[in-house]
Amino acid sequence: MAFEGLSERLQGTLQRIKGKGKISEADVKEMMREVRFALIEADVNLKVVKSFVKKVSERAIGQDVMSSLTPGQQVVKIVKDELTELMGGEQSKIEFAAKNPTVIMMVGLQGAGKTTTAGKLALSLRKKNNRKPLLVAADIYRPAAVQQLETIGKQLSLPVFSKGTDVSPVEIAREAIELAKQEHHDTVIIDTAGRLHIDEELMQELQDIKALKEPDEVLLVVDAMTGQDAVTVSQSFNEALGITGVILTKLDGDTRGGAALSVRSVTEKPVKFVGMGEKLDALEPFHPERMASRILGMGDMLSLIEKAQTNVDEAKAKELEEKFRTQSFTFDDFLEQLGQVKQMGPLDEILKMLPGAGKIKGLENAQVDESQMGRVEAIIYSMTPKEKTNPEIINANRRRRIAKGSGTTIQDVNRLLKQFEDMKKMMKQMSNMNQKGKKKGKMPNLDAFFK
Amino acid sequence: MSFLKKLKNKFTGTAAEEQTAEKYEKGLEKTRTSFTSKINDLVAKYRKVDEDFFEELEELLLQADVGFETVMELMDELRFEVQRKNVKDTSEVQSVISEKLVEIYEAGEQETQELNMQEGLTVILFVGVNGVGKTTTIGKLAHRFKEEGRSVLLAAGDTFRAGAIEQLDEWGRRVGVDVIKQAAGSDPAAVMYDAIRSAKSRQADVLICDTAGRLQNKVNLMNELQKVHRVIGRELPGAPHEVLLALDATTGQNALIQAQTFKEATDVTGIVLTKLDGTAKGGIVLAIRNKLKIPVKFVGLGEKMDDLQPFDPQKYVYGLFAEGLQTEEQQEESDK
Repeated sequence: MAFEGLSERLQGTLQRIKGKGKISEADVKEMMREVRFALIEADVNLKVVKSFVKKVSERAIGQDVMSSLTPGQQVVKIVKDELTELMGGEQSKIEFAAKNPTVIMMVGLQGAGKTTTAGKLALSLRKKNNRKPLLVAADIYRPAAVQQLETIGKQLSLPVFSKGTDVSPVEIAREAIELAKQEHHDTVIIDTAGRLHIDEELMQELQDIKALKEPDEVLLVVDAMTGQDAVTVSQSFNEALGITGVILTKLDGDTRGGAALSVRSVTEKPVKFVGMGEKLDALEPFHPERMASRILGMGDMLSLIEKAQTNVDEAKAKELEEKFRTQSFTFDDFLEQLGQVKQMGPLDEILKMLPGAGKIKGLENAQVDESQMGRVEAIIYSMTPKEKTNPEIINANRRRRIAKGSGTTIQDVNRLLKQFEDMKKMMKQMSNMNQKGKKKGKMPNLDAFFK
Repeated sequence: MSFLKKLKNKFTGTAAEEQTAEKYEKGLEKTRTSFTSKINDLVAKYRKVDEDFFEELEELLLQADVGFETVMELMDELRFEVQRKNVKDTSEVQSVISEKLVEIYEAGEQETQELNMQEGLTVILFVGVNGVGKTTTIGKLAHRFKEEGRSVLLAAGDTFRAGAIEQLDEWGRRVGVDVIKQAAGSDPAAVMYDAIRSAKSRQADVLICDTAGRLQNKVNLMNELQKVHRVIGRELPGAPHEVLLALDATTGQNALIQAQTFKEATDVTGIVLTKLDGTAKGGIVLAIRNKLKIPVKFVGLGEKMDDLQPFDPQKYVYGLFAEGLQTEEQQEESDK
């Protein structure tokens, strides 16, 4: 199915313009038409799209482009700057109260992911901000919502305040804030029931909770897959409650996430976090400039570098480099390397962050099968220490044994051995290059192993 | 008689029809009170069927999440149709529009919205991404079956999300049907195995299987779902007889990918469009129907047990169109 992403579309058009020496007004018009199509397909609200296109066109058609030496670059920059600006300029954090406890309300539609996000947020605040959060189960309407939060609390070893489903949410919130003061929980996170923004009665309930003690944060939880309606929803919640920020959930899906742009531009409130998975530590700060880069196909390099830095041990990397050079790289080292790659997170996510990855045809759908990684590991684990250091001794007999031991086939073993040899050759070439004074080499091509 | 009048007449048909109509009406807000006058306003604004008129129409549909491609196709066909019939008056064009929308939806197929019910045990599998309302819909559907006098059994196949089993259990209690479950974290395929065994021995009419929500780009989770599907088919040949994809009406264009991927994995036979009682229209189902030929079978119009209604394309299109116009009007008013 033709479902081109924002980056593909923009890249295509920008590419055409990049190649030209001069851009005519017609070019800008054509490009902006593409931008408009792409943004609508990415679920950015029509009105937001219109104002965006108008702004960019005005800037692009103006002198700064015409007189510029590289008009294409200029346009790329304008589009990217505007996108970044639309998404909220700089990154923003949770506001804590000067006097404890800080009260955070989670609000949103049904199924946006409030309860899970409440748990994730509590964990993040404890880990990164050294807070002592109290989770409050104020969703008395959805069956088992209280149990859900309690289970999450148990998983995180965090206290959950609940009163069953017979006490009003306002009363639950009031008692929870009282308890937090007594027991010195410095942060109270209230998980409210999902509700429609047009449900006046339930919106009133939120206002009543809000009236108890002015919350420091009212966070609107929005599903990243939301379509045009994101504007109506966020506007209504903002008008009724004065939200202070947004958490965008399920961004680990393959949605374009245009809702982020819509919500931001109608509420003018920052997206503070994004949900990147079902695990409870999968809550990440929102980086507007990175998102803009990603949309434009420039890759989310910063995130990737950051990920790599936290996971790759410097000393080990040096050691590895040495091994590359001296050709003493063994299967043991390979295993270790695999482990490090795994720590960086799901491979397909890492791939998506690479610049230009959006352009490589088919890569978007290339699913890196993590179980393949397990198979490779199993094969290596089935080798004797001697085989691991001297793979050349692995003859047909040994291959059969390894295949049997690892539950794979001889073909799998053969393939791995061949790829390992290729990789070693490549490393040799690379280290030769390094010695000749060429700049840094590349990491060996790991992905060949998981096809 | 214009198409919209025909629709209107549909609403004033039998008493039962009227009730459903009311549900739709309530679900889709109080659009109908001033529907005719809204149309008249648009007609008054655009006396002629010109480009401005088409543009406004185009935006209306785009804002209902119908999606660019489908809207463009529709607009082309409409322009052609208007030319062919030599329609000059906007009041005439309305009927052409509604007809065309329903036509796009039905895609020339007179496929029924009915569920594929069996003589013996019917197995219905629910699939979908996280938070679309699978469990709630199952509760409502179980209630519906029970009202029809069928014996129903539920299978708690979402063993992953915290509280999911308890949630289905609570629905079982409310509706008064049994729930087959295992401990949290157990293999969902094993739950299905148990559930089918148990449904057979109890001679239940319907078994409705819940599954954990999963994003369609998670390969491992989609594989797991395929396994669940496979196990059901192994234990009862021909099952599942229905695979229903729950789709949140607020979802935008990603819904198309969802439908496609879930269809590939589990051979989806129908869609339940949930949360249609909000302001979102779920227009993407037009594109899904158009491209993937998956029909919508039910719509969720509220949180109560009986807020699940069979899908009626004509009524749906009517609501899509009516509310779209109203929103447009409101926005214009606020612009003033």
